[in-house]
Amino acid sequence: MNTLVITTVDGIAYGLLLAIAAAGLTVAFGAGGVLNLAHGTFIAAGGYIAAAWTAGTWGSLATAILLATLAGAAGGGVLAAATAGLRGRGHLDQALLTFGIALVGGDVLTAVFGSDVLRPRMPAALEGTVAVAGYRYPVDRLAVLAVAVLVAVVGYVVLHRSRAGRLVRATVDDRAMVAGVGVNPRTVDAAVLVASGALAGLAGALTTPILGVGPGTADTALLLSLIIVVCGGLGSVPGAVAAAIGVGVVQTVGVVTIPALAPYLLITAMAVVLLVRRRPVPGQVT
Amino acid sequence: MRIDPDQLPAPRSRRDPDHAHSTGLVAAGLRHAYGPLTVLDLDTFTIAPGDRHAVIGPNGAGKSTLLNVLAGTIRAQTGQLTYNGHTVTRWRPAWRARAGIGRTFQHPAVWPDLTCLDCVRVGGWHHRRNPDHTPIQVLNLVGLADQADQPASTLSHGHRRMLDLAVAIAGQPRILLLDEPAAGLTDTDTGRLLDILHGLPSWMAVVIIEHHMDVVAAFADWITVLHQGRRHTDGPAHLVRADPAVAALYLGTGGGDAAHP
Amino acid sequence: MRAFTQAVAVARLRSLPMVAPLVVAALAIIVVAVAADPYLHTTVARMLPFALLAVSVAVVTGHAGLPTLGQVAPYAAGAYLTARLALTGIDLAIVHLLCAAVVGAVVAGLAGAVLVRHRGTVFLMLSLAVAELTAITAGQWRAVSGGTDGLAGIPAPRLLPGLPPLLGDRTVLLYAATITIAATAVAVWLLRGDRRMLLTATRANEDRARASGHPVNAHLWMVHCAAGAMAGIAGTLLIHTHRWITPADVGFGTAALVLLAAVIGGARSLGGAAVGAVIVLGVRDVVAVEVPGHAPLLVGALFVIGVYALPGGLTALPARLRRRHRRHAGPHAAAPPTAATSVRSTS
Repeated sequence: MNTLVITTVDGIAYGLLLAIAAAGLTVAFGAGGVLNLAHGTFIAAGGYIAAAWTAGTWGSLATAILLATLAGAAGGGVLAAATAGLRGRGHLDQALLTFGIALVGGDVLTAVFGSDVLRPRMPAALEGTVAVAGYRYPVDRLAVLAVAVLVAVVGYVVLHRSRAGRLVRATVDDRAMVAGVGVNPRTVDAAVLVASGALAGLAGALTTPILGVGPGTADTALLLSLIIVVCGGLGSVPGAVAAAIGVGVVQTVGVVTIPALAPYLLITAMAVVLLVRRRPVPGQVT
Repeated sequence: MRIDPDQLPAPRSRRDPDHAHSTGLVAAGLRHAYGPLTVLDLDTFTIAPGDRHAVIGPNGAGKSTLLNVLAGTIRAQTGQLTYNGHTVTRWRPAWRARAGIGRTFQHPAVWPDLTCLDCVRVGGWHHRRNPDHTPIQVLNLVGLADQADQPASTLSHGHRRMLDLAVAIAGQPRILLLDEPAAGLTDTDTGRLLDILHGLPSWMAVVIIEHHMDVVAAFADWITVLHQGRRHTDGPAHLVRADPAVAALYLGTGGGDAAHP
Repeated sequence: MRAFTQAVAVARLRSLPMVAPLVVAALAIIVVAVAADPYLHTTVARMLPFALLAVSVAVVTGHAGLPTLGQVAPYAAGAYLTARLALTGIDLAIVHLLCAAVVGAVVAGLAGAVLVRHRGTVFLMLSLAVAELTAITAGQWRAVSGGTDGLAGIPAPRLLPGLPPLLGDRTVLLYAATITIAATAVAVWLLRGDRRMLLTATRANEDRARASGHPVNAHLWMVHCAAGAMAGIAGTLLIHTHRWITPADVGFGTAALVLLAAVIGGARSLGGAAVGAVIVLGVRDVVAVEVPGHAPLLVGALFVIGVYALPGGLTALPARLRRRHRRHAGPHAAAPPTAATSVRSTS
């Protein structure tokens, strides 16, 4: 029983991290129609940087998270610049380009960080366990959960209360309208890609204490993010968050209870979502 | 341009006079809303064989929604459609088209990569074995026979409308729905459009949605006026056009230029 | 009426040049087969399943207008079925090919039932999910796939009962080339004339096509199934030329590579897709030998270069060069028709 509760909390924490990762992907998709196949690579990059930079001190941990976020943002910037050169060429070319960047990035990451699974060195205070409501629980996971909740809340406030956030949501709904109020939708696209990359880097850094980071991280993260984006309704951030928590729980609890079927649970969930939804999913840019 | 209506033979079933009476389209209780905004709310709407029916109304009156609901592009949230004795409410656009409900589009995009002749062949695909109704004859009907081998993308706006109309006619519809067929046409092209419409066989029901009152006046013998999704006025064309309430509707919404009865 | 018959005649004439690339491909294979280098024979033979898969992707992406990563599903189904048949002692190549074509069509039909209701990036994303599902299944279903270790030592097929198994490098090359070229020729033949016209209409304006009584999604589904049959055959060839298989062979990486091949080839050109496949594999397997361990880097660079340098693919290259030449020739030169060079936007 104890393990199941802990696993569920793990799942929620993991789900929130996935939500941070998938929020960027879903907004980039909804606003600019960019299917970013390099998203998983950005997440892995954030994870590697966090794992390599942490040295068991609070300072190094903070710097590592910041660096991972910046690296993700830089990756998003590269992507924005690269896809800007493909205007009017259709989304297939953009998707292939992002996959090329993912391959190159993945190769560079493996060359730099090797092909072992790395874990960050956390400050000693985070290494122990703590008793919460009668269950012993690893401190680092609770910390990750807290940070994830914080990021989700900040993200929500930015998206719903700031002018920039409103512009992004308006672009998802109606690109022409945004151009009508005097903002170039392409500027929004670029900003969204940079922000999306930053979120990916951050999510990668925050995930490493739980899962570590290795050669398979990019693919897994991309697949999970895509499932979340599809289940959440393509372009919808609240939908993505809800779907992410579901996926996080299924991933962690499912892996513990029915390991053989866990991968199918997600795909089946996605298929059901697609079949139940009568009309074609929104976010289809025409 | 003189057009012989016999260039368009009736589908075989139409030659049976007993059958002709049950071939209309009857819509009942149509209602469609986007959130709180009701765009269509019609108790009944009937199309009988041979109708020359115009649906007019200010912008946002629900005219296009009505046409899309009849053609199946939009499925109305409530209401029932009966066509030719069948309940077609849930039929998809392609089934309705094959059953004889043809349409044109407000933005006549046709198929830019195909030649005009191929466009009409695609439009008349399900009647391709009919020797009395060849694509070139249909192109002739709309005056595009000379452009038969040109890609549709090279046509002018007016010609593209004619091609869209030709594609719809090639499908041998019993009911032809035209979405603003005169929009953006020059006076010459409008004249040709009216010639084509007058030349359509008498058994074909034609419904147009139009802002251009000259076209409505020259074409329709029955007019339905929609306002905010509801029926405002309905009646024989000469009475509706003389109705001061209809003129007021247009003038009141700033659409005066379109309405000079 | 005369203009109509003339148009039909012109359409027939236009289909003739489609034969030429097939002849060129056959000659190229013969040249390779005549060479006395078994390594070359094996290398080329192992490219052919991938080339045929690229052709099937080009059918879906170019002709149906649906950019797909999901053709690895019927490919995997065909491959694993062939492997299983061969391992249970059924070694007739024709049986393998037919079974794989059927199972490929069925798998593509099932996936297509969901997929063809979507377009553009959404289709691409959902087809990616199909690709991932394929890889997961191939990794998990140990009873069929042998898990992540894959299946090895698959017996070679026989063309006819009593004939020796297809083992020689040159024999395998000629056999695989025959199947690849024949399947491509059938696809080219099927996608000409009226079918091509209807698919062009469907891609260009599906609302107008529906309003003319064409059940668009049903047409696209049928194309998807037929392309699935082709991918299934490609899966059989994968087994017949490699005689081993791992889940990585049918994973997302393969799906993306093969889509790149189709895009490099010019998505509507089936021959171009096959050539694109040879280029992509050439970079991955031949050039990458020079920089061991960095194949992903090269392939990634190929993606970036391919997307930037070849808009419209190889088949659009002559028209683009002509246009450039004309632009240099003088500012008054007539603008070329854009229809010939434009890439279909996938949105």
